[in-house]
Amino acid sequence: MKTLIEKQIAKLGLLTLVGLFSVTQAAAQSGEIPRTPSGKPDLSGIWQAMTSAHYDIEPHAASEGPHPGLMGALSATPAGLGIVEGGRIPYNEQARRVRDQNLAGAIDNDPLTKCYMPGVPRANYMPFPFQIVQSEGVILMAYEFAESNRIVYVDQPELESQVDAWMGHSNAHWEGDTLVVRVSGQMPDTWFDRSGNHHSYEMVVEERWTATGANHVQYEATMTDPNTFTAPWTISFPLYRHVDENMQLLEFKCAEFAEEYLYGEWRKPGTPRGNPPQ
Amino acid sequence: MAQDDAYEVPRTEYGYPDLQGVWNFSSSTPMQRPAQFGEQEFLTQEQIQAAISRQEAQAVAADAAAARLVVNPEAPAATDNPGGYNDFWMEMANIGDTVRTSHIVYPLNGRIPPAVEGAQRQYGGLGPDIPSTRPVRFVVGGIAKDGPEDRGTSERCIVGFNSGPPFTPSLYNNNVQIFQNKDTAVIMTEMIHDARIVRLGDKPELTDDIRLWSGDSRGWYEGDSLVVETKNFNGLRQTFSSTGNTMDLVLTEKFTRTAFGTVDYEFTIDDPATFTDKITAIVPMTKVAGQLYEYACHEGNYGMFNILRGKRMEERREAEGVE
Repeated sequence: MKTLIEKQIAKLGLLTLVGLFSVTQAAAQSGEIPRTPSGKPDLSGIWQAMTSAHYDIEPHAASEGPHPGLMGALSATPAGLGIVEGGRIPYNEQARRVRDQNLAGAIDNDPLTKCYMPGVPRANYMPFPFQIVQSEGVILMAYEFAESNRIVYVDQPELESQVDAWMGHSNAHWEGDTLVVRVSGQMPDTWFDRSGNHHSYEMVVEERWTATGANHVQYEATMTDPNTFTAPWTISFPLYRHVDENMQLLEFKCAEFAEEYLYGEWRKPGTPRGNPPQ
Repeated sequence: MAQDDAYEVPRTEYGYPDLQGVWNFSSSTPMQRPAQFGEQEFLTQEQIQAAISRQEAQAVAADAAAARLVVNPEAPAATDNPGGYNDFWMEMANIGDTVRTSHIVYPLNGRIPPAVEGAQRQYGGLGPDIPSTRPVRFVVGGIAKDGPEDRGTSERCIVGFNSGPPFTPSLYNNNVQIFQNKDTAVIMTEMIHDARIVRLGDKPELTDDIRLWSGDSRGWYEGDSLVVETKNFNGLRQTFSSTGNTMDLVLTEKFTRTAFGTVDYEFTIDDPATFTDKITAIVPMTKVAGQLYEYACHEGNYGMFNILRGKRMEERREAEGVE
């Protein structure tokens, strides 16, 4: 039988181990920022946000989902502190009315229901991973949802958007260790979340990507759109690296999953949906 | 195309052969070698001149046809076929100094080898629907208009009609951008913005249970080439040339920069359930001083809506006896 002192030592030892583990973990989390050979922070990797901003970027309590009779709690909306600095989006009066209308029919009107590309910044806080492949001149951001992606031009600051695009046009430069991306030329059709928060074709997003450790990036984006907002406003949240060695992006070609929603009305009556089992 | 010995392949900041940039893989060369060339891999100078003359004559004829439309811009009658793509859409590389008689270099006759008995075949195209059973594995055309699944995978905006993999020269948007960093390469086709991420190095294989439209790609460098092996296809595409279902396909691609403005894209199809031999093709790609554009196929797919709605309207008129 162990004496009381031995038990205390054992407990201390365990505590020490726990303490050591915590320190090690913290060190790993806040460890050295990976850098490219040229010394820039290397943002390459697979990232994901851990927020419920995808449902609503403003602060919100949990609520019943769109199909409570069909899906019960599965379709309910989780609560979230929001990612908007100051809490609320500074809509002008007309734009707020549009937001309220959007919200009333959010499930039908959210472009993501149709598997349309989410635009920026929404793509960065979807409940799907995305991968950054960083090279010297260009940075590819590939998102699992809808296989949307964007090419961030670091070496061509003068390259302008010639046509609007769902994922916009991204020019970037480095400010110290922060990658600053100006996103313009976005389609007006994308939303910020499932709650109908919206913008116009004139929106310019300035993103700031700052590595704060080996496995964390602090993401910040400021939206300027005089058509919709009375002042620029900012969101921010951390991005977390997927550290599993086996992690990889998989396909989510959701066009296939939205076909019945989009075209089901024009299906020949009695025709089965989908392919027979292979 | 043989690599110029004097050309030194540039390196990325990680020391790999630099393949980055936008590349165009349009081509005037047929995928399969016309029989008269036998095992002749390259055109002679005389044959090149003849091909250039043919191409020029075709361009003149296309311009004349377009001019006739300007002179006589009346819309065709409702019963006429108004046509689809005119010459504006046809993206074909100019014939250069050294041209292949076919993209396929193996088998040595430049032809697709015989299919394995019982291999699935299905034919699409821009003409009338060709009845068959689901799944529709070809890219363009349809087997019917009962539902979206009866249309080709490209019409459904799931797979680009030239983006494969392997990507192959086709009507338009024959552009691909290559990205490289320390442990990843990305092959991104403009068509349906498909960014295929290639994991480099010794990474564990993806479980056989996960099957993907574009497969699962692993890669490594061999000398000045990037080699990519792709498997785990989902069986819902054709292996090659209207044949097969990709389930057993192992695709090997090799990207080699042979000059500042050229990357040779070589691919080998190994699908013993579909073809009696391997197929290897080489498609030279040309550097493009431009950018990829977002090909938002699904977001603008009014075509699918109109195909299905048009057919339902037609059926309704027939049922009501309306001409």
